[in-house]
Amino acid sequence: MGKKFLLEHVNVPGIETLPVYQSKGGYASVEKAIKTMTPEQLIEEVKFSDLRGRGGAGFPTGLKWSFMDKKSEKPRYLVVNADESEPGTFKDRYLMEKLPHILIEGMIVSCFALGSKTGYIYIRGEYMYIVRILEKAIDEAYKAGFLGKNILGTDFSCDIYVHPGAGAYICGEETALLESLEGKRGNPRLKPPFPAIAGLYACPTVVNNVESIAAIPTIVNITADKYNDVGIGKSAGTKLISASGHINKPGIYEIELGLPVEEFIYSDEYCGGIWKGRKLKAVVAGGSSVPILPANLILKTAKGESRLMTYESLADGGFVSGTMLGSGGFIVMDETACIVRNLWTFARFYHHESCGQCSPCREGTGWMEKVLHRIEHGHGHMEDIDLLVSVAKKIEGNTICPLGDAAAWPVASAIRHFREEFEYHVKYPEKVKDPKHFEKEPFVSESLLMNA
Amino acid sequence: MEQIQFSEDTLALVNRIIKRYPEGKQKSALLPVLHLAQSEFNGWLSAPVMDYVASILHIKPIEVYEVASFYSMYNLKPVGTCLIEVCQTGPCWLRGADDIVEHLQNKLNIKVGETSSDGMFTLKTVECLGSCGTAPMLQVGAAYHEDLTNEKVDSLLDKLRNENKRSSYMK
Ligand SMILES: Cc1cc2nc3c(=O)[nH]c(=O)nc-3n(C[C@H](O)[C@H](O)[C@H](O)COP(=O)(O)O)c2cc1C
Ligand code: SF4
Ligand code: FES
Repeated sequence: MGKKFLLEHVNVPGIETLPVYQSKGGYASVEKAIKTMTPEQLIEEVKFSDLRGRGGAGFPTGLKWSFMDKKSEKPRYLVVNADESEPGTFKDRYLMEKLPHILIEGMIVSCFALGSKTGYIYIRGEYMYIVRILEKAIDEAYKAGFLGKNILGTDFSCDIYVHPGAGAYICGEETALLESLEGKRGNPRLKPPFPAIAGLYACPTVVNNVESIAAIPTIVNITADKYNDVGIGKSAGTKLISASGHINKPGIYEIELGLPVEEFIYSDEYCGGIWKGRKLKAVVAGGSSVPILPANLILKTAKGESRLMTYESLADGGFVSGTMLGSGGFIVMDETACIVRNLWTFARFYHHESCGQCSPCREGTGWMEKVLHRIEHGHGHMEDIDLLVSVAKKIEGNTICPLGDAAAWPVASAIRHFREEFEYHVKYPEKVKDPKHFEKEPFVSESLLMNA
Repeated sequence: MEQIQFSEDTLALVNRIIKRYPEGKQKSALLPVLHLAQSEFNGWLSAPVMDYVASILHIKPIEVYEVASFYSMYNLKPVGTCLIEVCQTGPCWLRGADDIVEHLQNKLNIKVGETSSDGMFTLKTVECLGSCGTAPMLQVGAAYHEDLTNEKVDSLLDKLRNENKRSSYMK
């Protein structure tokens, strides 16, 4: 069994309440941090832990904290990103629902380190029932003296509020999130300035993912040294993986970074193998935005090395033969899945979620959805496949925020690795008219057949 | 026409929400207050309701309209008593979301986007709700219904019909 830093006590009855959470060592890090450490020491500790942002980009958390404008006289803010809307990702929901106090504890320590007196949790509106779970936990923390004025008798004061969104994936992008928190449409801002200089209300702000902040108590408690003993190189600590799709045991798993992908998919401790005794076809390893990989390339790199669940190993081979750890949304497809149809649902998603500010994203996502719909429903042309590649290329790198890239990568990678399947849709329109075409008759690569 | 006014309890809550943000930044309360308004005024945001919210927050009505029209959880048209939102994104599709949508369309005798003739149900498809590990799934108000089968959908519809309560994210 791997080490569990976040979910060790998740099955303890009543762990969502403060007394039980405290009986398992909860809130020890608040005491230790604010009574025995300085904010500078804490930031150094987080830097040294090699914790990387768990929201998707994997940016080093300690480094981000050190950018916080210290010269500014304005208030500073910590904003927790609980917008979690990347298809395939549901770990923050699980963490907040089961262990609300770990997030509150992490926020208190983080606010102390950042010199912030106010923390907001921006949570997607659909998670409204979790708003109530969090607010209950926050109430308990106030009553126990962990929040409010003069926390634990020190001169540190801190308030935390929960702020619901209202259904917009783009508000997960940190500057769109800040706009939304200010009561506006979720239109991403041009950067620079970065939030650390001018974020919420133009004040210095750090935006971190739920899971990143929830890792802070462990780092303070066991020390950075022990934290980065777990994992490999710059992929330190543990990570929550949301496993979905055609596996026997979908769900949330806390893994030590460095676990072989093969073990994650097939071991009974994790996904428990492919359902219905079928074969693995493809995996989207880090949420819908990251490149899809066929079975052979997710299990082994192009060099033939075993693929590991680390930022580096999953990215090995770049976008030619690799992918990204992303948010840890691990979507598994068996041999009956239609790559084109799955991709069409993603393209529809990005088109729906584009904020519309930049024309390459607004128009390009619409085109990709339309063309994919046409191919999937048996009305496509051979030229459509290259048209898709060309639209994706024109979006990538030409937009204000990375949603454009996130829409382009899945398309480019699906065609790179599964072009024959797109061609099949064009060649045999009658066969793909039934939405369940590959469930009834799995796709077999003609080129592989010929070689055999 | 009925007067548009929050109940006393809701008004008190609105004032508590405004206090979460710094002085002068009461516009930040817009999203949470719109949720309350939608819940209190029949599940959707009419122009007079939005104007009322603008007056409470001391902002221009246009600032409310542009926000209300941006976010998918705000309904700008009336909806049935229960709004059924089925996730249709990849991970749910992989585990049978299409079948659930089809079953609902047949049972309710409506297409996605429509409201049943008795005004009881509106059917909507939505994108990933963070429940991919328990797919297929749907949401009615704040409640998640997961690991769906046709049978589970049937008993849910019966239950909702019997309760005959307006779905709300706030309850
Ligand atoms: C379109 C888009 C959606 C995003 N959605 C989320 C999200 O739901 N949750 C999240 O934590 N980060 C999301 N991010 C990343 C954030 O912009 C930001 O990098 C992150 O919250 C930083 O936290 P971390 O450093 O702790 O990972 C998104 C980014 C983009 C471009
Ligand atoms: S890339 Fe898309 S989502 Fe991002 S700012 Fe431009 S239009 Fe909006
Ligand atoms: S894809 Fe349906 S909940 Fe995520």
